[in-house]
Amino acid sequence: MFVVARAELHAPKQEIALLANALNLLVPMSTDDGGFHGPSIEEFFPGALLFGGTPFEINRITLVRIVAVVALLLVFWLGTRRMRMVPGRFQSLVEMGLDLVRVNIADDLLGKKDGKRFLPLLTTIFFMVLFMNLTGVIPFLNIAGTSVIGVPLVLAIVAYAAFIYAGVKKSPKNFFKNSLFPSGVPWPVYIIVTPIELISTFIIRPITLTLRLMMNMIVGHLLLVLFFAATSFFVVQLGGWWSLLGVGTLAFGLVFTLFEILVAVLQAYVFALLTAVYIQLAVAEEH
Amino acid sequence: MLHAVLSAATEAAEENTSPVVPEPYDIIGSAICFIIILVFFWRYALPRVQKLLDERAEAIEGNIAKADEAQRKAEAALEEYTAQLADARTEAGRIRESAREDGNRIVAEAKERAAGEAARVTATAQAQIEAERQSALVSLRSEVGTLAIDLASGVIGESLSDDAKATAVVDRFLADLEASEATAGGKK
Repeated sequence: MFVVARAELHAPKQEIALLANALNLLVPMSTDDGGFHGPSIEEFFPGALLFGGTPFEINRITLVRIVAVVALLLVFWLGTRRMRMVPGRFQSLVEMGLDLVRVNIADDLLGKKDGKRFLPLLTTIFFMVLFMNLTGVIPFLNIAGTSVIGVPLVLAIVAYAAFIYAGVKKSPKNFFKNSLFPSGVPWPVYIIVTPIELISTFIIRPITLTLRLMMNMIVGHLLLVLFFAATSFFVVQLGGWWSLLGVGTLAFGLVFTLFEILVAVLQAYVFALLTAVYIQLAVAEEH
Repeated sequence: MLHAVLSAATEAAEENTSPVVPEPYDIIGSAICFIIILVFFWRYALPRVQKLLDERAEAIEGNIAKADEAQRKAEAALEEYTAQLADARTEAGRIRESAREDGNRIVAEAKERAAGEAARVTATAQAQIEAERQSALVSLRSEVGTLAIDLASGVIGESLSDDAKATAVVDRFLADLEASEATAGGKK
């Protein structure tokens, strides 16, 4: 995914074309005259529902995001509204989720002090990504809020700003020295290393953060749509013996739905973890 | 078909359906979502959770302290109890000792009193005996004197009515008698 994403950075159009092509190869049954409608990249650019053309346009994706935000606020509002010393089931679950970020990401990587400083940011990133990822497998929403570049990009910019802020605040000299001139390298090597470090730290990082998340979600969605569309095509449109193939594609669809849940959690974890790692590298005294 | 798909896709990309080119509304909407969630966690949820965690840690520490306190109290109580028990034992010993002493003393006193009483009774008896002996002696002496004088008067035929003379004679007689008795007693 990573390699594809980077290739795509330089040549988005070809990438889309290849993607579409690959999907079409996967589905040889797809014909223009037949009834099968395979998924396409157009899915991620639905028509506007409200305020079309303005900066506040609302379409299917935006709507899904709003649902995710409302669900998130509701879950954590209910979970933290009346907190008890001895938690009930729901509170335990909410605490477990928050503990995952607080203990496993913030405290482990950044230590108690910095962990506490950046905890709101990391918690927000983790749960925003998680909830918007999960909309991809929730019936009637069926598309991840993170599968359009807005959310991944905004969060990547936030992470980028956060680690630069953390590094500059701690010690600008140390930060840039560690980032650009790693210690333990003979000086002539800096001629090569420094540009590489510059690009990898200050350019590649936000891009990879964005694309890793977004492409995972796009592909997950396309796969699920592909399986369920094929099932529908085999069972409803072709019928007869073809229905047996439909059973197979449905089974694959179910398996990949479970897989998508895993991916949703994993990508949220990876995004928050990498943000924490970047901050940790920025505030570290020495690499 | 491949060519057709490629060109279609490329055309589609030209109408800004590239997934990596953000629309302004997309960015703005995402940023609004982010800010809402960030403010919610930062200002509402996480402080509450932190407060709870602090309270919980405090409660755990408090309970540990309480348990320590209870342990200390129990130990103190045990010590006190043991001390009291030891005190009570000494006290009991002391009481027993004094009771024994008292008993001894009472017995001794009783013995002493009994001895005194016996001595007194003995003395009284002796005194009485002495008095009786004296009175017997006196009466005997006078009667013996009278008898002796009467007898002597009869013998010599002469009245020895002169009291002074008679008394002197009797006394001398008795004194001689006593002296002979004493010498007899001394010889014996």
